[in-house]
Amino acid sequence: MPEPLIAAHQLVKRFGDFTAVDGIDVEVQPGEAFGFLGPNGAGKSSTMRMIACVSAATSGSLRLFGLDPATHGREIRGRIGVVPQLDTLDIELSVQENLWIYGRYFDLSRAECRRRATELLEFAQLTERADSVVDTLSGGMKRRLSIARSLINEPQLLLLDEPTTGLDPQARHVLWDRLYRLKQQGVTLVLTTHYMDEAEQLCDRLVVMDQGRIVAEGSPRSLIDRYATREVLELRFSAGTNDSFADALHGVGSRLEVLPDRILVYADDGEAALTETHHRGLQPESALVRRSSLEDVFLLLTGRSLVD
Amino acid sequence: MSTGLLRIVPPAYVVRRPHRMIERHLVAYRRQWLIVVSGFFEPLFYLLSMRAGLGDLVGTVSVGGQQVPYDMFVAPALMASSAMNGAIFDSTGNVLHRLKYARIYDAALATPMGPADVAAGEIGWALIRGQLYAISFLAVMAGMGLVDTWWSLLALPACALIGLTFAAIGFAGTTFMRGWSDMDIVTTLMMPLFLFSATFFPTSAYGSWAWVVQLSPLYHGVALVRGACAGVWTTSMLAHIAVLVVLSMVALVVAARRLDTLLRK
Ligand SMILES: Nc1ncnc2c1ncn2[C@@H]1O[C@H](COP(=O)(O)OP(=O)(O)O)[C@@H](O)[C@H]1O
Ligand SMILES: [Mg+2]
Repeated sequence: MPEPLIAAHQLVKRFGDFTAVDGIDVEVQPGEAFGFLGPNGAGKSSTMRMIACVSAATSGSLRLFGLDPATHGREIRGRIGVVPQLDTLDIELSVQENLWIYGRYFDLSRAECRRRATELLEFAQLTERADSVVDTLSGGMKRRLSIARSLINEPQLLLLDEPTTGLDPQARHVLWDRLYRLKQQGVTLVLTTHYMDEAEQLCDRLVVMDQGRIVAEGSPRSLIDRYATREVLELRFSAGTNDSFADALHGVGSRLEVLPDRILVYADDGEAALTETHHRGLQPESALVRRSSLEDVFLLLTGRSLVD
Repeated sequence: MSTGLLRIVPPAYVVRRPHRMIERHLVAYRRQWLIVVSGFFEPLFYLLSMRAGLGDLVGTVSVGGQQVPYDMFVAPALMASSAMNGAIFDSTGNVLHRLKYARIYDAALATPMGPADVAAGEIGWALIRGQLYAISFLAVMAGMGLVDTWWSLLALPACALIGLTFAAIGFAGTTFMRGWSDMDIVTTLMMPLFLFSATFFPTSAYGSWAWVVQLSPLYHGVALVRGACAGVWTTSMLAHIAVLVVLSMVALVVAARRLDTLLRK
């Protein structure tokens, strides 16, 4: 097995008395696409900032490329690319100046900065906007520019903190496509998300985080297999009456989850569960059978839904 | 120079790439050159108004035992003050904007740049701008017949030292600011500093309060520029230099540390 690119052991981050990251163990191998999945406040960004060597761990050990961020922060930062949760684009510079100047921070020659900037603008589909001021870009364009900028030093490891949050579906798909290409080029990706579909799309392996801890780990598929059933039956009854149907549905699937707006019935055969529901004389306003997702895994693990 | 200054601090505060920050500003200011040029006119207006207002009103003042006309006494003090103003202006308002609002430093610190690079770069930038203004100030002084010795050229390095000191102090102070309203503190502090640094009167005029004047960093800067312009050198100049050097070193270290705690939480 090659040396892991990232090795965290009992990593802790505290802010005063508050523990944001509570002793996590993570290893990421070269070439992997690894995800941190979890709701707001789970500690994903705090973890990412420690990995990016812009925030010091409170305790535990962290190694990137076998190096310690406390002593080799500069070297490590020179080999990684970072897309923070909130864009830190330079609003006083144009699109291409953002790329040049960032490249200069890595000590690239001016000619090299220019050459790479041209390529990256193409990659991020921003060539036409090269001379625009950053402020005039749409959210999706800014995100693409952030990603392009993070690639200027040709990083071996790319860290993306919620790369597509706040983007419309089309912009999101464009980004996914770009990330997928990078992965194919052999760049190791580490990303955080609270979107299940994103994790399923991009990650080979992921950990589910909740309240600073890792509550599950595996490939998206294996997590679904382990913590959910193959299918889910979603039932909606008239508003506010969901609770009263829980007893009546007992035993229909292998597990029930009662949410404010719907009831989820976990069953390997959703259609059979629906037939059984009708058989018991229950008349939901709507019923939907779907494949289970990481969303369900999260719900089953923590008892809370992932949606904000 | 800044590399040497910061050798005494831990590895995380080592200065390697301050010029990258300066390069960034050069590119950013390509679109804002008017702001840079406007900084040139302010000291010019100072000088002109002083000439018009005071003229030959007062007699001579003693500088290091040498009698100089009053306008030649005040002009170097204005030069020193404008070096201070420029440095403070660059290192407070502009830095606060980049630190809290434009968040320029967050991006830089995700690269091989370190907090000390950012701090030293910002201070270096303030210094470069300050030197441009100091050169033009001296040129105008010469044009108005207020310069009569080549020693006056030494006023430029003196202004660089003043710029370094106030840029470092300004930067360090700004890292403690909560928001724009704290900028009022800067304005409030600068006025008495300007007035009570032996700017318009020799220290003797302050009577038994003369020691208060000595507490002002600007006073030491004024003394240096004044000495240079009059072409007199006394051993007390060494003390003035030492005060400014020590102050700027302390402020530089504070600035880098604060930047580290602020941005690398
Ligand atoms: N600089 C900070 N100071 C104090 N608390 C913080 C700071 N950064 C994050 N936190 C807290 O730590 C917890 C985890 O935050 P974060 O890592 O941003 O979570 P996530 O990215 O998963 O939403 C949150 O409760 C947040 O309020
Ligand atoms: Mg976050």
